[in-house]
Parts: sequence; structure tokens; C-alpha cells
Amino acid sequence: MRQRRRTWQTLLATTASLTVAAVALTGCGGTAPDAKSTPKAAAASFEGKGPINYVSNRDASGAANKSIEEWNAAHPEEKVTFIELPDSADAQRQQLIQNAQIKSDTFSVLNLDVVWTSEFAANKWIMPLPADAVPTDKMIPATVNAATYRDSLVGAPYYTDGALLYFRSDLLKAAGIAAAPKTWDEMKTACKAILALPEAAGMSCYAGQFDKNEALTVNFSEAVASAGGTIVDADGKPTVNTAEAKKGLNLLVDGFKDGMFPSDAITYLEEQGRRAFQDGKVVFLRNWPFVYASLTATDGSSKVNGKFDITSIPGTDGPGVSTLGGRSLAISPFTPNKATALEFVKFFTSQEQAQKRLALSSRAPAYASLYADPTVVAKRPFFPTLLTSLNNAQPRPKVVQYGATTKAIQEEAYAAITGKKDTDTALKDMQAKLTELSK
Amino acid sequence: MTTTTTVPPAGAQPAPDTRPSRPRKRARRTAGEGRMAALLLSPTLLVLALVIAYPLLSAVHQSLFRAESGLDADGFVSDVDAFVGLANYADLFAGESGRRFLNAFANTTFFTVTTVFFETVLGLCLALAMNRAFRGRSFLRASILVPWAVPTAVSGLLWRWIFQSDGIANTLIGSEILWTAEGDASKLAVIIAEVWKTAPFIGLLVLAGMQVIPGEVYEAAKIDGAGWWRQLGSITLPLVKPTLLVAVLFRMLDALRMFDLPFVLIGPGKESVETLSMLAWDESNQLRYGSASAFAVVLFLYVAIVAIVFVKVLGADVTGAKELKLLSKKSAKKSRSLATSELKKAEATR
Amino acid sequence: MTISDLRNAATDSGAVAPDARTAVVRPQKPKAQRTWRSYSVYAGLALIFAYCLAPFYWMLVSSLRRTADIFDNTLLPAPFSLENYTKVFDGSTMFGQALLNSLIVAGTTTTFALVLGVSAAYAISRLDFRFKSVILGVIIATSMFPGISVVVPLLRLFTDIGWINTYQAMIVPNLSFAIPLAVWNLTTFMKALPFDLEEAAMIDGCTKWQAFRKVLLPLAAPGVFTTAILTFIHSWNEFIIALSMVNDPKIQTATVAISKFTGATEFQAPFGEQMAAGVIVTVPLVIMVLIFQRRIVEGLTAGASK
Repeated sequence: MRQRRRTWQTLLATTASLTVAAVALTGCGGTAPDAKSTPKAAAASFEGKGPINYVSNRDASGAANKSIEEWNAAHPEEKVTFIELPDSADAQRQQLIQNAQIKSDTFSVLNLDVVWTSEFAANKWIMPLPADAVPTDKMIPATVNAATYRDSLVGAPYYTDGALLYFRSDLLKAAGIAAAPKTWDEMKTACKAILALPEAAGMSCYAGQFDKNEALTVNFSEAVASAGGTIVDADGKPTVNTAEAKKGLNLLVDGFKDGMFPSDAITYLEEQGRRAFQDGKVVFLRNWPFVYASLTATDGSSKVNGKFDITSIPGTDGPGVSTLGGRSLAISPFTPNKATALEFVKFFTSQEQAQKRLALSSRAPAYASLYADPTVVAKRPFFPTLLTSLNNAQPRPKVVQYGATTKAIQEEAYAAITGKKDTDTALKDMQAKLTELSK
Repeated sequence: MTTTTTVPPAGAQPAPDTRPSRPRKRARRTAGEGRMAALLLSPTLLVLALVIAYPLLSAVHQSLFRAESGLDADGFVSDVDAFVGLANYADLFAGESGRRFLNAFANTTFFTVTTVFFETVLGLCLALAMNRAFRGRSFLRASILVPWAVPTAVSGLLWRWIFQSDGIANTLIGSEILWTAEGDASKLAVIIAEVWKTAPFIGLLVLAGMQVIPGEVYEAAKIDGAGWWRQLGSITLPLVKPTLLVAVLFRMLDALRMFDLPFVLIGPGKESVETLSMLAWDESNQLRYGSASAFAVVLFLYVAIVAIVFVKVLGADVTGAKELKLLSKKSAKKSRSLATSELKKAEATR
Repeated sequence: MTISDLRNAATDSGAVAPDARTAVVRPQKPKAQRTWRSYSVYAGLALIFAYCLAPFYWMLVSSLRRTADIFDNTLLPAPFSLENYTKVFDGSTMFGQALLNSLIVAGTTTTFALVLGVSAAYAISRLDFRFKSVILGVIIATSMFPGISVVVPLLRLFTDIGWINTYQAMIVPNLSFAIPLAVWNLTTFMKALPFDLEEAAMIDGCTKWQAFRKVLLPLAAPGVFTTAILTFIHSWNEFIIALSMVNDPKIQTATVAISKFTGATEFQAPFGEQMAAGVIVTVPLVIMVLIFQRRIVEGLTAGASK
């Protein structure tokens, strides 16, 4: 019995003493635990040559590695090593932030998702680039905008991504519809006619991405923007409690309510949507360009090869507004070899390299002229449509606290589309949360 | 640690952990033994201090600070962390974040209670099955080990695949349950996957506990006419209790800190399955290190309290083994002379 | 003479006559009842077997599908394809090296955890000193801190002492979960073993060390072995520390390598490859355990009839 009492007393004592020790430690500290020293001098100049590391997730096509090999062959003294990060974007961001926090000099050139730009720039984890570093005039304006923080360019656009509407041209034709729908109303009308056809038995009208995930933020932003609304205004103040935003969110809410979307679309990410379309379960699909390759597969895996076409995503009065995806390269202020890093970024994001990578990779380049290149278009017929989408595209909210912002958006939008909250309440709550974050 | 201890007359000093069965031990508490114990234990304590004490102290320290909110005129995040005392802790329980905290707290507790319960029941069954002699036993043991051997991240993906809306789970039971959406189904999915993954942990530990039970004890019981259930209730369970409690304790500590599985299987930010660890992760993911640390410290305290209560209520004998000692006490005396002679024989033949 | 003989000699209780073991007369039961019971036992075993293996079977089947039909729900892969396995070992991933690294990290962790665990457990269960329960409390308290909160402080520490991209940066943190389990579990085991055997051995002239090595350790073998399996597998599967402390592909472990698999595009999970890698990581473990189990556990406990 004594033993018993002593064991738990001990546990208690241990816990208590650890806590006391910690408080004591704090008592003598007084200063902040990790006051970040400002890399002011570093921001101004790019000096130092020598080997650097390029930090990114793997490029399955091998195109990025080709560019690096070419650089390394020409710069034996300033070799670039490819440090691979996990496939998951969350894990990539976590690794990048961890290393920035401890000011590790290991990570030199970072491959950043466009939505991380503001956060990394505001925390001084990446450096502003010289004005002449990137030929921004040749690039699609939205990609440059996405790599800019408060009027200074902090990233060099690497590749980009825009939304497309995939639709079953065979069914449209069978239902006697001549032109692809441009608005949600046209799409609904088309669906009514198509779903009445015997060959469309059991199909649903439309699928997007509605799982509680970054993809929901994308689909929500597109719905709101397509209805003429915004999520934040130019000064970063939230503007979701508006009639336009409500109209946009209602498109999604009603889609589920009316059975226009398949009910399991609430668990859809990009791949599930792709599959539903490819298996002939939906007539319309909002997705990124990557699905094109799978849909046109000739090995029998695709049931829609030759039966679909591509257009811009629908809006309320005309074509909708796509959300911008993609990546840019940025330079860490903690790397000693900044001159090499800058030269490498210039080289890697040059039009010449972007064009070379197109031979292997289907990632959409930042340079507008490449979309008109006949050899490129022959291989990827959707490129002109994609360029239209990209020219129209809007970045997701450019805010420093993007993580918390996207989470608030996902939470409220998810509550609305699952019927847990009505649209008004969801948007009111979203506005409140975003206002709190923008303070 | 003990440095010097004067040797008291045998049995004269009522030391706290003197147990009636071992009066002779008193006589042996010597400085040498203390030194030897220090020698044997210090590497362990050193490693643990390095790997845990430092992060723990730095978390407690950090939880008392908060980054100044807002941006400066150039749009940069402030460099300064301000000392805010216990404000991070107070904020855990207030308003919206308080609601999230309570939700995560409830989920964590719910998952711990349910998964550990099912794991224990199943683990016991697994151990009993493995402990039976029959053809193909080693194959069974290997297959029981499989779930534990699959890396957690991979098993999370596997179960996500199984539970997707048109996955094999729905195909097999002919349902259209949205397992990975918010709702009770997602809780069930987490429990099924977690129990599958970790029941073998309890099973293997308990099996090891069963293996040291002398077969003779069962033979004796059989002679007394005890059936299988009686043997289970009066021999097996009491004798494996210490091992079982250790296994359950460690499973509880793990379950209370559950993170990977709900994160990969259902996804971050889904309130139905959000645990305290996920909340701590989420806070640090949003760069709110002060409150992330506060979450971690609160979770640590919660785990500690649960462990203390567990040890106090159930685990009187977690580190001891009265039962087996009682059983063997009688026999040991008799056999000591026997064992000694056997040993001598062994020495002689060498 | 074997350890088991010694053990039998020690545990033969007064209730059982020396010859009773061979002369046990099982209570007679009607035959029908016995067959019914053995059927239900086998049904139960089959159920356990199915529960453990069915999800693994799904992993195996998925790993043998082509990328194009990875979403199929057929119970056999059709067509059968080794595409995912060749991709796993494709040169750029260095998966073979990663497996070796995992083996080094998990093997070293297990060895250290056992050595430290056995000594600590011996001290706690057999030596007499003060603050025993304080120490047990401190040791288990280290298992109470959320793992994800340990990463950043450790990363800072290991960067300062130059441990990034080393094996010890993974081994030492792994020890922090392996040691508490080893100490607590082994302490329980050793306490459960009668003191009198070692006593007898020492009366007989063995030193404390010999008594420990020849008597106690072999008796605690099932516990030691089980602890070894559990800690080995735990560190074999560790991910977040290994990911954060190592960025050199020559040092990275298998779980980290798996996380770096990429699909054709960033939206497509390389599920088939991940499952193939899961199979590759799991199967050798299980085979290894099978071999060791035969040799260690069965050998040592052969004397104890079940």
C-alpha cells in the first residue's frame, strides 16, 4: 500500500518540480526566447558565391532535375543540391518554417506555394528580389501579383495553375445544346436536359472539391469571385458579409441541396472529382489542368476519352473567375551564398528553361507567349483556354496569416454546404473571424 | 540519489518499501548498492533529460510569451515576443478557442477510453490465441504482428483509402457512409483503424506475461477440476495483471497524444476527430507558438493526471508482482535446496 | 541441465507432486461438447486472423494494381502488375539505402534501449536504494509530452551541436520513447520473477553478475524479446523526427522516403507506390520476428508446458 501511495505522489512531485523549474527558468530569462535578428543588411545585397541547396517537393516528371543538371554542368563551383521535401504541402511548409525559425543556412532557394508568399515575406523568411531579377513584363500578370508582397517582388514565378470546366460534349450534343454553358444558370438548364437523357441515367450534374481542405477555399473563392464578390479588399480587410459573397456561397449550398452535386462530393478532393468525371458519373467538372492527361488516356481507364471538352469555369453573368495556383522560387536570407542563389533563380525561371521543361512536364509556365507556341498547343490543346482562365484569375486572399484565414473560410463554408449553418450565419461568422485575424 | 546509507540492524528500521516477504533485503541496503544503482540508472536519466526535459522546459517557457500581433508600417511581422504570464493558458478556456479546446478535450478523452478499452479486450484475445499450442501458431503470431508493423503514416493512408466514399468498406457492407466527412462515422473510422493498429501491442506484451506463468500452475488447477474460464479468471488474469497494466498505461499515454491517424485518415481541422495534439499542431502551424506551447503543456498535465489516477486506482502493483510471489513463495523455499544442487551439477558438468 | 529445468524445479509447488505433471488426468468431457468447443475456438482464431490480415491484404492488392486502375474494388488485382514495386526502387528514391538506414536507426535504438532498460530495471527491481518511485515517475513522465511539440526545440538543439544529418539525431530522440517502455516493462517482468533463484545461485558461489546473466536474464527473456520487438518497430516507423533532423537522402529512413514519393502531379497521391513501400517495409519485419521468436522464445520456454 505504501508503494502505491508513493508512486502517485512521486508522479505528482515530478510534474510539479518540472513546472517549477520551468517557471524559474522564465524568471531569470526576461528576454524573448527567440528574438529574430533583422536581416536588414542581407535584404539589400546579394553576395557570396558557392554551393547552395534547392528545397522543393520532388518533380515526378524529372524536368526540374534537368534544369538543375544543366546549371551544375555550367557552374561546377556553385553546385545546386536538390533537397527533397515530402509530397504533402502541409509537411513542406512545416519543414520550411522550422528551418527558417532556427535560421538554418541549409535551405537556400525555396519552392513556395503562392499562398505562402505573404506569410514568408512578412516574417522575413524570404528576401525581396532586385527589380531586374525576373522579366515580369513577359509573365502572366496574375502570377507576378501572386509573388509580390506590398509592392516588392519576393518570388520568381515558377509555374502556375488555373481552373477549367470539363464537360461532356457528347451529352451536350445529344441534348441538342450547341454551346458550352458560361454561367451557372446555363449549366443548370443544360443539366436538366442532359440528365433526362437515357444515356445519362444515374449521373449528377457537377462536381468540384468540397472536402474540408485547401481545395474548399479554392472552390469557395471561385464561387464568390464569379458572383462578383471578394474575400478581402485591396487593403486586406475582409468583405465576405456581402450580397455578392452570399450569392456565390449559395451556388454551392444549393448545388448540394438540389442534388445538382453528387452527395459524396462533400468528400471530394481533386482526384475523386477527376475519377467521378472519368467514370462518367458527372456531366461537368471543375478541376485543374492536370486531369487532362488521365481523361485522354487510351488504355481503357478513361470512359470519356474523346467525349469531353474544356471551357472556362461558369460565373453568374458570364465566365467565372478562376483562383490562381502554382509556385514561385524565393531566396532565404539565412543562406551565405546569396549571389549564387539569385543567379540560379534567374536561370531556373528563365523563359528558356520554362520552355525546355514543357517537353517533360505538364505544369503551366508563367510566360504568356508559351501558350501560343504551336508545338506546345499541339500537345496540350487546352492551353489557350487555360491562358484565358489565368488572365482572369485572382489570387486567394493575400494575407500574412493565411493558415488561419483559410481555416476560417473552410470551417464556415463547410458548415454552410453541409447545412449546419445557413448562408447568412456562416458568412457573418466568417467575416467576424477574418476581421479578428486582420487586426 | 542515495549516497551513503548506514546499515541498520536487520529488520530494525521500518523503511518505507520494506515488504514483509523480504526482510533480508534490509540488511543489504549498502552504499555499494546505491552506487551501483546510480551507475545503472544514470545513462537512462541522462538520455531522457537531453531529449525531453529541454523541449519540455522550453515549451513551458514559450507558453508564457506571445508574439505581438499586427504588422509594422512596412508590413513585417513584429520581432518581439511579449511576456504575457498565464494569458495563453487563460485564453485556452475562453470564447471560441475555449469551445475548440473543450471539443478536442472531449474527443481525446473519448478516443482514449474507447480505443484503449477495445484494444485491451482484443489484445487479451490475441494473447490467449497466441498462447495456445496448435499447428500454425507461429503464423498466427506473425499475422497478429502485421498491423503494428505497418508504419502509422502508411496505415492512415490505407484506411483513408478503405473508407473513401466509393472504397472497399462501403462496397463490402453495401452502404454509402461518408466516413471521412464530419460526423460520427469519422469517429468510428478512427476507432476501427486505431484498434486494428495497436491491439497487437497489448497482445504481445500480455503474451510475454503469459509465457512466464509456470505451466505447473495450470496443471495443478486442472487436477482441481478448474475449467478454462476458471483458469482464466483465477490464474491467467491475476498473473498477467502487472504486465497488462503496464501495457494499458503505455497505450493510454499514446492514445491521449493521438495525432497521426485522425490527421491522415480524416484530415486536419475536422472537429469530429480533432484531438488535443492536433490542436497544438494547428496552433503552431499558424505560428502561434505561445498558445501552441500552452496546449502542449496542458496536454502534458492532463496525461500526467490520468497516469497518476490510473496508477493510484488500478495500478497499486504496476511495478510489483505480489500475486506471483505469493504463489511461488511456498515453493521457492522448498526448491531452493533443489535448485542449488541442480546448479552445482551444472557447474560440475561444464 | 537447462534453465527451464531449473525453473521447473523452482516452481513445482507443493500442490503438485513431482510425478503429477506426467500423470495429469484431464477431466473427461463428452466428445460432442469437446468438438463443438474446438470448432468455436478455431472459428474465433480465424476471425482474429481475418481482422488482422484483411486490411493488410487490401494494402497488398492495391500495391499490385496499375496506377490506372488503383481505385478498383475487385478482390484480386486485374491485371496484376509490379509497376509500383519497380517505381519504389527506381534509382532516384534511394529506397534500398533508406531501408538500410531504418535498420541502422531502429537496430541501434533497440540495442541501447535494451541495455539501458535492462540495467535500469535490474536496479529498480533488485537493488535497494531510495527514490525508486521518483525515478520510475520521472521516466514515465517523459512519455507524456506530445511528440509534435518536441520537434522544434530539438531541431534547434541539434543544429547547435551539429547533429543535423546524423544517425544519432534520430536514435537519441527515439530512445526517449523506447526507454520508458523498456524500463517499465522489464521492471514488471523482473519483479515477477522469484528472487530466490538468484539467491540460490549466489549461495552457490555465483557472483551477482553471474546470477543476473545466467538466471535472471534468461528467465526474463520473453519480456526482453517482446520489448525488443515493440521498440524496434516503433523506431522503425518513426517519422516526424527523422523528417526534421535529416535532409540528406543518404541518411534518410524508409518512412521519410515514403513521404517523398510523388504522384504524376501534385494533386495525385502516389497511393500504389505508398502501399508497395508499406508492404516492403512490413514484410521483412514480420519474417525477422518469426525467425527470432522461434529461436529465442520457444527455445527458452520450451520447458514450461502450456
